[in-house]
Amino acid sequence: MTALIRSAKSLLLLEFVSGMWLTLRYFFRPKATLNYPYEKGPVSPRFRGEHALRRYPNGEERCIACKLCEAVCPAQAITIEAEPRADGSRRTTRYDIDMTKCIYCGLCQEACPVDAIVETPNFEFATETREELIYTKDKLLLNGEKWERAIAANIAADSEYR
Amino acid sequence: MTYTGWFIEQFGQGLGWFLANLTLILAIAFPVMVGVAMAVYADRKIWAAMQMRRGPNVVGPFGLLQTFADAAKLFLKETIIPTGASQGVFLLAPMISFTLALVVWAVMPFDAGMVLADLNVGLLYVFAVSSMGVYGIIMSGWASNSKYAFLGGLRSAAQMVSYEVSMGFILVAVMMYAQSLNLSDIVMSQKGNVLGVLNGNIFNPLLFPMAIMFFITALAETNRPPFDLPEAEAELVAGYQVEYSSMSFALFFLGEYANILFMCALIPTLFLGGWLPPLDLPFLYIIPGFVWFLAKMAFMFFVFAWVKATVPRYRYDQLMRLGWKVFLPLSLFWVVVVSGWLMFTGHFAIAPGAV
Repeated sequence: MTALIRSAKSLLLLEFVSGMWLTLRYFFRPKATLNYPYEKGPVSPRFRGEHALRRYPNGEERCIACKLCEAVCPAQAITIEAEPRADGSRRTTRYDIDMTKCIYCGLCQEACPVDAIVETPNFEFATETREELIYTKDKLLLNGEKWERAIAANIAADSEYR
Repeated sequence: MTYTGWFIEQFGQGLGWFLANLTLILAIAFPVMVGVAMAVYADRKIWAAMQMRRGPNVVGPFGLLQTFADAAKLFLKETIIPTGASQGVFLLAPMISFTLALVVWAVMPFDAGMVLADLNVGLLYVFAVSSMGVYGIIMSGWASNSKYAFLGGLRSAAQMVSYEVSMGFILVAVMMYAQSLNLSDIVMSQKGNVLGVLNGNIFNPLLFPMAIMFFITALAETNRPPFDLPEAEAELVAGYQVEYSSMSFALFFLGEYANILFMCALIPTLFLGGWLPPLDLPFLYIIPGFVWFLAKMAFMFFVFAWVKATVPRYRYDQLMRLGWKVFLPLSLFWVVVVSGWLMFTGHFAIAPGAV
């Protein structure tokens, strides 16, 4: 009897029709995909993207060359060289991040006592050569200027959980 | 004066006839090629929509030019002929596939009288040419000198041969109703054939199962999912097409979609009443038959894409089981039922030219 019912079902293509009905309903559903370059998904304030070095509002760079980020970096992507500046303050002369080594773990920004090195919400920094991915201090400071508003907003949004 | 007649008057008997037919052939082949491009696009769009994706939407308005971009890309690529391949056969195979896919359109009636070759054995011609399509695939599978291509070719050959048998029986049932092999006559025989108001064999309860079976067989014949075993990506990479690149690949691809499009045209012709509106009401005839035909074709293509989005691929033994152990006996049985019914109701007695 079950065999009879089964063969009747398969003869009448019942499963097939119900499957078709399902796909037809999905056909009219709104699309799940974003039209990427024109639409973007939401990004968390804690998002860890491209790195930046920040400055104080008066224009002084925050980094004090404590090298905590260099020490904590699990991928050893950060290279820092430092010597005292003319005014006697301790500053970096070289701050390189090899973005091809970086694993975007965020430990550098965790370690930073002055919120100098941060990861911006920017994830669109693909390049055509590897050389362009070796970030120098100039590039990082430039990123900081470019993304300061977003970085500040993210830090403010996340401050109550810190 | 007929179109051909005008040409013969202008250019003389031989050249006029040649030019008239050449223009007519181009008038079919060119729209078919554009139709194929749009079909590929529609296929991808429908498939994407059923997976809640967007599908191609960048090239041109709504991505309409995507297929042309793909074709241009393929055209500019290098044609690679494998060292071990049999060169002549390797290059001939896609040409055969493509040519046969276009040649078969010759007998397709797009509207009343709108047919290139009004053959009285039109259905037989369709059947013959579509069975020859398997040669292109076998030749490519053999000539590629690759185990994937070879297996794909063998699978395809076995699949097409198996399903042609039951397809033949389904066509017999339609022929018995229409009492003609001419596709235009088959369409006209469907005018008001059910309850005097419905146009189309599919509305006939005796032919409805045949229509469904013909649709599934058409899926198998055109190597569409769920019967796309010859080119099963997971097991055979791309089956018989695996060694092909550039235009030789594009010809296979175009041929495949031209075949699909042809099946989408043949099903309306045989079962949905061709260029006739679905209901035999006078005001529906205001819309030209050509538009009805295209609408039915588009609908059938939607169903093809719909099935592709719905069902997973058959296993090979299941495919063979379905072809030989389900469809063949079922269609054979149904031919007996239909012919018995037609004899019982005296259908053959009233046929024109019946003895």
